[in-house]
Amino acid sequence: MTVTISEFFKESANWAFLAIAVPTLFAGWRTVTSNNIVRAVLYLVVSLGGTAGLFFMLGAEFVGWTVVLVYIGAVIILFLIGIMITRAPLGQEADLSHAMNVKAPAALLSTVVFGVITWAMIDAFGNNMIPPFEPTATSDLSLLLFDRFVIPFEVVSFVLLAALIGGIAIARQDEEVVS
Amino acid sequence: MTLIQFLIVATALFSFGLYGVITRKNAVLVLASVELMLAAVNINLVAFDVYLDDPLNSGQIFTLFTIALAAAEVGIGIAIILMIYRNRQSADVDDLDLMKG
Repeated sequence: MTVTISEFFKESANWAFLAIAVPTLFAGWRTVTSNNIVRAVLYLVVSLGGTAGLFFMLGAEFVGWTVVLVYIGAVIILFLIGIMITRAPLGQEADLSHAMNVKAPAALLSTVVFGVITWAMIDAFGNNMIPPFEPTATSDLSLLLFDRFVIPFEVVSFVLLAALIGGIAIARQDEEVVS
Repeated sequence: MTLIQFLIVATALFSFGLYGVITRKNAVLVLASVELMLAAVNINLVAFDVYLDDPLNSGQIFTLFTIALAAAEVGIGIAIILMIYRNRQSADVDDLDLMKG
């Protein structure tokens, strides 16, 4: 079964998909190219919000809201604190990227990576449709998380605890050593 | 909806993140590019979870783990950048060439 372009645009869900995907990709592109450091981080917010929108489209509501809470709520704040504490050039254009001698090979490499992965995926999955699905119930997800996946869940909890303690230990101002 | 449209968006975001990791000079923006790559992987995981109609929802569960690990990574990363800035008065990855021969 093949999907032509006109069939693609007949499905209303695909219009919603495009309305989410195009801003996501644009914001992702500006995140890595913008010359204003605060704007780059704020474009990252739009891009991550777009991924949350794609999760909602796929019926993964709990995961989508987790992305909104953890990424947009917490991680972006960490980024903004990071750029303010390191006295990055706030609110002005600055040279944040390498010169062309790094940009050109990087563009080539990422284009090749994109091309190869896309080719492999089209080769493998072609026009396979996503079967009709119900939104994933949060209760199902939590039952699985505390039953089948409880040991990985505990391991991740310990990793987070270790990261918390490690972050404090690294960033703490050492007291003056009295010699 | 086809599966491939989600996969292509994820691949494009991953390539943007890869480009950013290589070209960005500021260490915080390198971390932001890594976040972009992780978000792309999450899209793939959830798309395949729905596509395969997995009764265990492994894709979504692993996305939750990825999000937790990404949060831990950013916390440690910002702490390290803060420490480097305190010692060397710079967050530019090119200035950290102390071990260059």
